[in-house]
Amino acid sequence: MTGFIIRRLGQAIIVTLGVTLITFGLLHALPGSIARDILGPRASPQAIAQFNHQNGFDRPVYTQYWIFLKRLAHGNLGYSYIENRSTDSLLAVELPRDLVLGGISLALSLIIAIPIGIAQAVRRNGVMDYAGTGVSFVLYSMPQYAIALLLIQFLSISFHVFPAEAPQSGTGLFSDPQGLILPVLSLTLVTYAQFSRYMRSSAIDTLAQDYIRTARAKGLSERLVLWRHLLRNSLISVVTLVGLNIPLVLTGTLIIEQVFNYPGAGYEYYQAALRSDYEVMLGITVLVGVVTVVGNLLADIGYAILDPRIRY
Amino acid sequence: MRFSIRGSGTDGPASGTQHEPEGAGSALEDPERVAANTVAPTQAEIELIPEGGEVVSTGSPWALILRTFAQNKLAIIGVGIVVLVVLFSFVGPLIYRTDQTNTNIIAAHLPPGGSYPLGTDSEGFDVLGRLMEGGQSSIEVGLAVGFIATLLGLIYGAVSGYVGGWLDGLLMRLVDVAYAIPIVFLFIFMAEVFRPNLMLLIVLLVATTWLIPARLVRGEALSLRTREYVQAVKVMGGGSWRIILRHIVPNTIGTIMVTVTFQVANAILTLAVLQYLGFGLPPTVPTWGSMLSDGTTFLQDGYWWQIYPALFMIVITVVAFNFIGDALQDAFDVRLQER
Repeated sequence: MTGFIIRRLGQAIIVTLGVTLITFGLLHALPGSIARDILGPRASPQAIAQFNHQNGFDRPVYTQYWIFLKRLAHGNLGYSYIENRSTDSLLAVELPRDLVLGGISLALSLIIAIPIGIAQAVRRNGVMDYAGTGVSFVLYSMPQYAIALLLIQFLSISFHVFPAEAPQSGTGLFSDPQGLILPVLSLTLVTYAQFSRYMRSSAIDTLAQDYIRTARAKGLSERLVLWRHLLRNSLISVVTLVGLNIPLVLTGTLIIEQVFNYPGAGYEYYQAALRSDYEVMLGITVLVGVVTVVGNLLADIGYAILDPRIRY
Repeated sequence: MRFSIRGSGTDGPASGTQHEPEGAGSALEDPERVAANTVAPTQAEIELIPEGGEVVSTGSPWALILRTFAQNKLAIIGVGIVVLVVLFSFVGPLIYRTDQTNTNIIAAHLPPGGSYPLGTDSEGFDVLGRLMEGGQSSIEVGLAVGFIATLLGLIYGAVSGYVGGWLDGLLMRLVDVAYAIPIVFLFIFMAEVFRPNLMLLIVLLVATTWLIPARLVRGEALSLRTREYVQAVKVMGGGSWRIILRHIVPNTIGTIMVTVTFQVANAILTLAVLQYLGFGLPPTVPTWGSMLSDGTTFLQDGYWWQIYPALFMIVITVVAFNFIGDALQDAFDVRLQER
């Protein structure tokens, strides 16, 4: 077990380095230079040389990469020359909002997906199974923003139940909790669409296991079989599922934030794209990449701990 | 009996023909023996027995897979929808002719009715005609990405899994790295840096979608390389490429077909999402995604005909491909097959 964790940790570190290398490469492959962008097209060559020297842009590429890595290791994701703020200070405000949006939606989608998935597996090929499969198929086959679009159309425009825009920065996130409902609901459905099919098939696989038959054969009530044996064992695969789907949840967040002008990191990324603020974009990309690697790592380790049958 | 030959049946025509008469012949032996007890067979008749076996071998793995697939109602619906959508997009414009190159501002935002069955968009293009044109590029991108990405992943995964060792470790870490970089984020970045065109879009989509087939095929190749027939080729001096191309790759055909279908669906979907996020193609290349994302601008104005027809086309096409993929998965999954 310890050997497995160490080996897996080593892999995660290598992959993280790979992510930083590619991000750094992208930043360098960009046409134009930061000095030109900041100092303007009429800056003298001396001024540009001085700017490059001050910011270390005239040093060899590998030295710059090493500095980039050291910077990242200190948690410094870069500097926005356009906003004149560090990416960290931008994210310090925005990430808590993402945690609210992403966290609530993830929890809600699991609360919906687990019981529905189990119910579908138990009554396989029943009316409810077909209905559930149909809904998740359609949700899954829709561009993620279209789910938000339909919710806005029906809950905001046709029937004025909820506002179509998230509370904006400055006023505080919970000053207008009504504005949170549609973003959270949309992201919940997006995440549910990713989870529901896995959940159903995982419950079907668990139902076919010998220990379920044993539990039934020894006369346990169906309720106990479902609660104590099926649910607990299906939850093991949920751990993996959440870990592996972190990238999908994060990109979903980006799209939902864009639709509702929700002032989180995804929206910031989009705004950074509009103002060609590459450092901020790549800083966020590195952050998401690292979160993905950590998510996969935790999923693997969690799976190994939770399922005693797995021995490495 | 069908399953005893399944492994070698997909393994290439050369070894397949060697095995099939034997396997099929043994099934015929019992009824023939019964006949042999009543009427004594001549030597020639006994020699004919394997010949008869060839006729019975209609229960080949492919026929079985096709039958399982055809029994799945959703699969048939899926195939039907895909055929209809392809006809709509490629034959439709020949019957229903519209001008999709010159804007006509006077006819902008017209509701459905009269000479415009589905109204017009903000540029005055006929929405129905544009759905057909948009279908062409959406389907072309989907198919191109699905096939190229799967082919790339197939070769990469087969080599990685077959060779194994440190090369496998290295190649799979590269896949992990590429998987950890968020696709949508990367695309917005690329859209900022480059001027988007159809070719770049396909290249980028392929670059981000070959990872899944690569991982799947690698997993299969890992187990296939220990099989006896692969060992046999090795002993007989067959080269690595011969083993990969003739024995590993054909045996992953089930995974490949399933993956291609899902990849096509995902590519159509990702294309639509990217276009909403600003990865716009020139207006001469309409897609369902660009129509939908343009239409959303007018959500508050109630121009529903600019939004929902495109959304409908995307959803039914993606659903159809997913139906086909699911059915293929069931058809290739030996555990679920009839025995």
